[in-house]
Amino acid sequence: MRIFDRSLTIFTLVMAVGAGTIIIGFLAFGTPIFSQFTVGLLGKYLCFAILALAIDLVWGYMGVLSLGHGAFFALGGYAFGMYLMRQIGAQGVYGDAVLPDFMVFIGFETLPWYWRGSQHFLVAVLLVILAPGLLALVFGWTAFRSRVSGVYFSIISQALTYALSLAFYLNALGFGGNNGFTDFKTILGYDVQEKGMTAALFGASALLLWLAVLSSRYLLRSRLGLAVLAIRDNEARVRFAGYKVENVQVAVFTFSAIIAGLGGALYVPQAGIINPSVFAPIFSIEMVACVALGGRGFMYGAIIGAFVVNYAKSRLSTEAPDLWPFILGFLFILTTVFGQGGVFALGRFIWPRKVKADPFKTVKEEPHKGVG
Amino acid sequence: MSRFLGSKRRILATSLRRPLTARLVAGYRLTLALTLALILALVLSLAGVSQLKAAESAATETASIASAPAETASIESAPAETASAEMASLEPQSAPTPLASSSLLASEASNGSETWSSPVVASLISPKVGDRDAAITALSTDDSLLASEILSALLTGRLFLVKDRGAFYFENQGQYVLAWPKTGPLTPNNPRKVAVNNRQRETIQRILGARALKDPDIGARRQASAALIGAPGVDLSLIRELIGSEADERTKDNLSLILALASLKDPLASQEDKLAALKVLTKLYAPAARDDLKSLSLSDNPVLATAAAQAWRSLEAKSQHLALAETFFFGLSLGSVLALIGIGLAITFGVMGVINMAHGEMAMLGAYTVWALQTIWPSQPGLALILALPAAFLVSGGVGAAIELSVIRPLYQRPLETLLATFGLSLILRQAVRKGISSMNVAVATPSFMSGQWQIGANFSLTQGRVFIFFFCLLVFLAVYLVLAKTRLGLEIRAVTQNRAMARALGVPSSRVDTMTFALGSGVAGVSGVALSQLTNVGPNLGQDYIVDSFMVVVFGGVGNLWGTLLGGFIIGLANKFLEPVNGAMLAKIVIMVGIIFFIQRHPKGLFPQKGRVTSF
Repeated sequence: MRIFDRSLTIFTLVMAVGAGTIIIGFLAFGTPIFSQFTVGLLGKYLCFAILALAIDLVWGYMGVLSLGHGAFFALGGYAFGMYLMRQIGAQGVYGDAVLPDFMVFIGFETLPWYWRGSQHFLVAVLLVILAPGLLALVFGWTAFRSRVSGVYFSIISQALTYALSLAFYLNALGFGGNNGFTDFKTILGYDVQEKGMTAALFGASALLLWLAVLSSRYLLRSRLGLAVLAIRDNEARVRFAGYKVENVQVAVFTFSAIIAGLGGALYVPQAGIINPSVFAPIFSIEMVACVALGGRGFMYGAIIGAFVVNYAKSRLSTEAPDLWPFILGFLFILTTVFGQGGVFALGRFIWPRKVKADPFKTVKEEPHKGVG
Repeated sequence: MSRFLGSKRRILATSLRRPLTARLVAGYRLTLALTLALILALVLSLAGVSQLKAAESAATETASIASAPAETASIESAPAETASAEMASLEPQSAPTPLASSSLLASEASNGSETWSSPVVASLISPKVGDRDAAITALSTDDSLLASEILSALLTGRLFLVKDRGAFYFENQGQYVLAWPKTGPLTPNNPRKVAVNNRQRETIQRILGARALKDPDIGARRQASAALIGAPGVDLSLIRELIGSEADERTKDNLSLILALASLKDPLASQEDKLAALKVLTKLYAPAARDDLKSLSLSDNPVLATAAAQAWRSLEAKSQHLALAETFFFGLSLGSVLALIGIGLAITFGVMGVINMAHGEMAMLGAYTVWALQTIWPSQPGLALILALPAAFLVSGGVGAAIELSVIRPLYQRPLETLLATFGLSLILRQAVRKGISSMNVAVATPSFMSGQWQIGANFSLTQGRVFIFFFCLLVFLAVYLVLAKTRLGLEIRAVTQNRAMARALGVPSSRVDTMTFALGSGVAGVSGVALSQLTNVGPNLGQDYIVDSFMVVVFGGVGNLWGTLLGGFIIGLANKFLEPVNGAMLAKIVIMVGIIFFIQRHPKGLFPQKGRVTSF
């Protein structure tokens, strides 16, 4: 099984050279080339790209559109945010060594049980993987086993993230309610505000993105990956051929959720805040738009889409906030109405692929309309 | 061969002879442009309306600036707010509109006012408190309508006086209406508010209350007597005097409750009196008695204590029943709103399989239609609301048809993509409204027939608007059902959904039916927006608040089943309202959401799964 084909080699080179240049430029030359703000922003884009990749994995390659992937991203973020809040310790406004500020403010006497152990970095990392992973496992298992698919899956996944957003707004849940987590101080004892930390987080995000692409690539080139593509193109046929479709779907969905959660965990310290708005359905749909724009079923397209859309968002929402919804709306319409490949599929017209047997080629979906 | 060629030529000729409009419709790039033009035109026209509105409000602003010095000149205005609040609680309906009163004055002023006019005017003008007491006493002996009006205006701080001419004006939201004498300038110069102190206010309240108890109108007597239950400082001798001659049963009950509560509170009342009072309280419902009963049931007197405990228990049981009935009503009300929005979605999503994320925006357009019509006819909010029903159907239906032709048509085989495209549309529509009209909520008037209360039994009342919307939901459901079941269009819609190829073979113009179906669904959404405009704030985000819920309703009820949507809406609405008291509004919603998620996972096709082969899309 050849993982490193031409595209992955190019991607690896681009990531290594790009991230290396930015980190060295930032640390050695400082502000004149890359300001701390720019590097932080790029790090956030990398995290969004990780989420877009996760969405592309289930939508573009498995044909399951999840409108609730932001929930996994946010859960990973909250799980790591718990660690960050505990790191503040007695440096908080209220100076409570154990309870985070918002808990003191709301009137918690003791730490809720699910916060126990969150002061250890390893526990936090475990939680970052487990929380979205378990939710995806349970949700995916119950959904796919009863063959909830297509539109229904999209709608209930949207309901999932909506319900979670409502839940995380509750103060009594112990996750900071409306304000969420913010005002982080240290990670593993190092100051979050430091230049070195910014560079480290950026590097970690780039590395995670690269690892996510690599592992997704590996997964898709395996036998499981062939089953995934087959399910996308004709679920019923795969089922009749004797494959356990739901097992494949649950496995890939959970894998994708874990990737999204890891992305969220790296997003939180770079953004400096996490609140329930990340759970809002609009965030997930915007990320799906990134994938649609980049071309679903095309990993690098999803990544580029995430960069382009989020860059446009941060530029336009400061310079022309009134224009941004129009542009986003038209992006949605144009990318969906004019072709499934997204804007970057145009590149394929200019440089056609030379691979002979292309397992990634999108087969035109057959409508399952009744025939007689 | 030549016949074959000939026929081919004819086919070519007929295809060229297709009317221009048909060819335009066929090329959807053009229709995309047309849709955008339509949306733009819509927004521009609405923007025009908002300009109109802005100009109007500017005009009223200048008017209020002109009258502003008058308000600053009032003698003492601080207690006026509290007084008006008290007034509203005591007599909700007795404050007459100034316009009505001025028209009545012509006939009224001649008979009663002659007797008191000059001394009353003189004593009201006088800065001494005692003189105003005399004026109030004089007014209390006068039974004319004008005297009552002057008293209630005095109570709410709406009575203004022009000193040098001795003329009264009623003030209402910055507008002055001449009250007395009959003739004079319509707008006063330098009017001063006639102020009363708290003691005088209580006196006036008592006078007006007593007056309302003697009112020939049964409704007024009921309301006045109900307001006095549990109120302090009631003139008991007057009540005792009235209770014998009272003909209306409910007013009589209210009066006996007033007396019962008074004797319960009275430390000098005998045991027999108190027992009799407790008997009345056991029979009737008076939540105001709760604390007194509780304390009396703990008293040393065993006879009184047991009777009080019994009365307290019956009170609690009654209030629980009322709360249950109220929850049920609110649940039905919420359910009817959900079902109303769901019905439109049941057509576009359920019947056609199009995931229309812009459905909520169709409802929003309907709500803005109400606002636009009410802005055009500000004097007729009720008429505008009724006219808005067909207008909203046309507006939302037209936009829906344009959307179908431009955006949805190329996406029929890809339902997930329609979701994204229509989401983009919803973003554009919302932003267009924000830019074209305002990002703030707009004011939609509630006409009187929607805002009143319906009294059911002695202690239970329903908001008229909610009752109307409940029946309106049933009506819309019936109409949509009849369209689908009994009309040619409905037949074609069902034929195309069940078997597109066969329907086309039989000559059904399937793509036109698609357009009509989508327009119908959007139009119904627009009509539901008209109803929503009476319940919630009308703003650009109106649709967003309901879109997730309405999808839940449709999926829960079973896609493609109108009955399921109706029932699903009511079940979700009722469940929501019954869960709310148990664990709070937010948590109730979460519980419902999670419940539906699990329900869908157990029964992926909803409550009423569609029968037949056309199940997945």
